[in-house]
Amino acid sequence: MGQTFAEQILGQKVGRAVRPGELVVVEPDVAMGHDSLSPSIIRIVQEQMGAARVHDPAQIVLVLDHVAPASTVGVANNQNIVRRFAAEQGIRLFEVGRGICHQVLVEEQVARPGMVVVGSDSHSTSYGAVGAFGSGMGSTDIALVWATGKTWLRVPETLRVMAHGRFRPGVTAKDFALKLGRVLTIAGATYMAVEYHGLDWLALDGRQTIASMAVELGAKAGIFPPDGEVAARFDVPDWLFVDPEARYARTVAINLDELEPQVALPHAVDNVVDVSAVAGTKVDVVFLGTCTNGRYEDMRAAADVLKGRPLAPGLRMLVTPASRQELQKAIADDTLSTLLASGVTLTTPGCGACMGRHQGTLGEGEVCLSTGNRNFKGRMGDPTSQIYLASPAVAAATAVTGVITDPREL
Amino acid sequence: MPRIWKFGADVDTDQIVPGRYAPYMLKEGQDVKEYAFIEARPDFAREAQPGDVIVAGANFGCGSSREYAPDALRRRQIGAIIAPSFARIFFRNAINLGIPLFESAEMPDLVGDGEAVEVDVVNGRLITATTTYQLPPLPDFAADVIRAGGIVRYVRENGRFPGE
Repeated sequence: MGQTFAEQILGQKVGRAVRPGELVVVEPDVAMGHDSLSPSIIRIVQEQMGAARVHDPAQIVLVLDHVAPASTVGVANNQNIVRRFAAEQGIRLFEVGRGICHQVLVEEQVARPGMVVVGSDSHSTSYGAVGAFGSGMGSTDIALVWATGKTWLRVPETLRVMAHGRFRPGVTAKDFALKLGRVLTIAGATYMAVEYHGLDWLALDGRQTIASMAVELGAKAGIFPPDGEVAARFDVPDWLFVDPEARYARTVAINLDELEPQVALPHAVDNVVDVSAVAGTKVDVVFLGTCTNGRYEDMRAAADVLKGRPLAPGLRMLVTPASRQELQKAIADDTLSTLLASGVTLTTPGCGACMGRHQGTLGEGEVCLSTGNRNFKGRMGDPTSQIYLASPAVAAATAVTGVITDPREL
Repeated sequence: MPRIWKFGADVDTDQIVPGRYAPYMLKEGQDVKEYAFIEARPDFAREAQPGDVIVAGANFGCGSSREYAPDALRRRQIGAIIAPSFARIFFRNAINLGIPLFESAEMPDLVGDGEAVEVDVVNGRLITATTTYQLPPLPDFAADVIRAGGIVRYVRENGRFPGE
């Protein structure tokens, strides 16, 4: 019987064919923790599980990215708890400034095709960009993996997305990700895995953008076939392939030839319209960054729009690279210098302003256009602030005019 | 007498506990339970009592994986959360913490905000002044974990995971 990627990967883990709905206990290849939740995970491992040592330090990766560098004494002390734990247990830790966990694990090839990668972060669906089963979990689940090596999973049904055609100029992977929210809604793939087909030509960065936002559909995982750039850069196990006999719970087709730049309106990720419907809305802050759109290609897309143009009077633009490597790429050509010449503020690689904790928290009534993945009320700061989500190209065009702008009309 | 707190659909974890009130961000002596719905529903943050029941629309708990959102409700000793559906990570987190969840499509239409209520978790019953409602049972593994008082106790007592 045919198998989806989720069934292939989980089946490989348990050594037999699995079917949607059954519970399996697996040993994840990677269990990632970041600075925001690792102090609580460590406490559960040590105090509740009574485990002096983790099950397998090689299974664990720690990344300091959420409030990095520390903004308060409390955060600094918590990060030191994580550093001490990593040193004592022999766990690999990526320091402040290295980048966002989901970007770093792909760059370092810690996450690879066919793996099960769980993380203490909902955007762990990102690892589906490299053909891994990536899924977010809470502190207790991750603590159990660290202490026992294992976790339980319900084998998900799979929703297949079939893309047809190609993006037109000015339209990007982010618009596709937002369009999926518009079509499927914020709960449209709850408990399911999503597979993305018809995108073998799409580069890795675009796949990361789309897979990161699988969770915004409620999905447990969002998995790309390990083809194209991924097949060229990663080893792909021979048992992981597009099975024509695989059975999908639902198939949704998206025609890229007709796709317009998309914008998610406050305060819901699935409250999405074509950019034309919201063009002209005044914006105070533009934020370019996050695991969804903080990579070199995103900064490059913004630089192409901003080249030779200053930011609109009274508007701030924050640029937070997804990783140090991505920042270095932007320095190696004229991307970063172009952005800086326009007047952007560059911050440390990491999660930045996405959760409203530092490096650009929004004040009362402020309007932000973000390249991130969530626009829930109060997420980036004061509950009266508003967040619009869009692509880097829309973000840069908006930064030039001060109002939401279609980059094709600039 | 405990009461019902009603919420709409798609309540996200940023509403339950904004990231700015994460335990990671709090000072010594502050407890995340004081910040449950601090901005989305400040009267809940002030007044919710042990045994109170949350009845919400579909997809409760969507968004971030932050376990401190359900944990704030657990520390508040919320008696149960009833919704037509739960977001996946919240569902796991709540079960792992031993918070009784019930998936019911009908209850949001049948009870009102502020209504006095008692919940009988063992028998899956919601009791108002006029009516006793039978709640749909959770899958066996989830009920077993909640009965054990959470996944850590379950694993320590049974020496295995549910489904193993």
